[in-house]
Amino acid sequence: MTAPPQASMSAASPGLPAALMNASGAPAVDVDPFSIEFFEDPHRIHEALREAGPVVWLPRWSVHAVARYEEVRAVLHDPATFCSGRGVGLSDFAKEKPWRPQSLILEADPPAHGRTRAVLNRVLSPAVMKTLREGFQAAAHRLVDRLLARREIDAVADLAEAFPLSVFPDAVGLRQDGREHLLPYAGLAFNAFGPPNALRQRALETAAPHVAWVMEQCRRENLAPGGFGAAIHAAADAGAITHDEAPLLVRSLLTAGLDTTVNSIGAAIYCLARFPEAWAALRADPSLARAAFEEAVRFESPVQTFFRTTTRPVEIGGARLDEGSKVLMFLGAANRDPRRWDEPDRYVPTRPTVGHVGFGSGIHMCVGQLLGRLEGEVMLAALAARVGAITITGPVVRRYNNTLRGLERLPVTLTAA
Amino acid sequence: MPMITFIRPDGGQRDLSVPEGTSLMQGATTQGLDGIVAECGGNAMCATCHVYVDEAWTERLPPLFEDEDALLEGTAAERRPTSRLSCQVIATADLDGLVVRLPDRQV
Repeated sequence: MTAPPQASMSAASPGLPAALMNASGAPAVDVDPFSIEFFEDPHRIHEALREAGPVVWLPRWSVHAVARYEEVRAVLHDPATFCSGRGVGLSDFAKEKPWRPQSLILEADPPAHGRTRAVLNRVLSPAVMKTLREGFQAAAHRLVDRLLARREIDAVADLAEAFPLSVFPDAVGLRQDGREHLLPYAGLAFNAFGPPNALRQRALETAAPHVAWVMEQCRRENLAPGGFGAAIHAAADAGAITHDEAPLLVRSLLTAGLDTTVNSIGAAIYCLARFPEAWAALRADPSLARAAFEEAVRFESPVQTFFRTTTRPVEIGGARLDEGSKVLMFLGAANRDPRRWDEPDRYVPTRPTVGHVGFGSGIHMCVGQLLGRLEGEVMLAALAARVGAITITGPVVRRYNNTLRGLERLPVTLTAA
Repeated sequence: MPMITFIRPDGGQRDLSVPEGTSLMQGATTQGLDGIVAECGGNAMCATCHVYVDEAWTERLPPLFEDEDALLEGTAAERRPTSRLSCQVIATADLDGLVVRLPDRQV
């Protein structure tokens, strides 16, 4: 997809008022939210986007964007106008072939979406979570004990990745062989939502072996009884979906169910290591674990962005968008919008986080949110019970992804309580 | 504006005015009531805004819809015949004086 600049556009710098408007009436802000500069420090640019107007125009990728809480929420809650069926990345499926068979849930609209969504809602319901809690708690405690024995760890690979990898693939019912494909597959799928930059190109060039493995695992015969995958295939037996659809719904779990949680747990550890008051509060009251995880999801917004596509001409925030316009939602900017949050740049586990959009909102709100929260909660509770201090001991290295915000390395020392 | 009474497990109670057309969950969380968690923000996905509706009122509420019924199977506290998700109960003039009880836990 090329982005021909239009003559009417400005090249406003972040923090400066955008001098010129797009024909839609949206102020232009010349930033690239899919650049290394942005990944290293999105907050300053988020602020510039929010302050430029309720809807802005990003000339770099010829796309409108919303960064304020109110407009992000409005777009999320109007799927009839801002659809997902034309893709939730920059690529418009009405104009370009999707890089993989289209998702039956993420990239679907009502009424078709409701049918597949209902299946995953049941597979990942609160009642199912109750059956997993005890096993997840035990796994979290085992891992924390092992890490405490080592003291010096990388909180990304050894904790944020290791814990979900120790529970999620088993919960799905995956075979042991080849699980090393899971994180690369998710990483490339989330890169593919971005524009045609180097990250996306590289992701697609290296995709083939990961895609092949994932699609193979989605077949019924490769999914253990009792897991989420088998439950999805059972829904096909019951007639809720077709047998052809079941593997693609399993794929949705494998795409969205692991890397997101890894980055959320990583975000929580990074927050607790940087905010000693928050860590002290959690240590004093481990029942704060779930809230501490939730606030980390608001604060870091591990899923930073998604797109929608307008199904009709629409006015939003004073701008007139044509039918077929891509709209980029900055979830991370909405979660720190001072119009909505008091002291948004502070990590405060006791703050009311209800309404944050870190898991999205509306009909497409993360279907695995309860699973993510369960994993995050039991891990933070295990840390609070056994660890006295988490101290950062070396350079913190960011991982670059077009959609996901997280770390590549977080060297820490864990001190036993 | 309908007045809704929320009774905590310890017996303490709070009367909250909830604007017509908004849910009991929204009314409770925006007015800082502890005991309604509402992790999913009212999207009917989490079952952490569970309440027990006073028996005198249960018949006067709209019936459970299918998704709510399924979610209530996963509440942290015991499910009872009077269990509802407060994000699915919308305040109306008819519900002025409604009494609901909070469970001992939501997660």
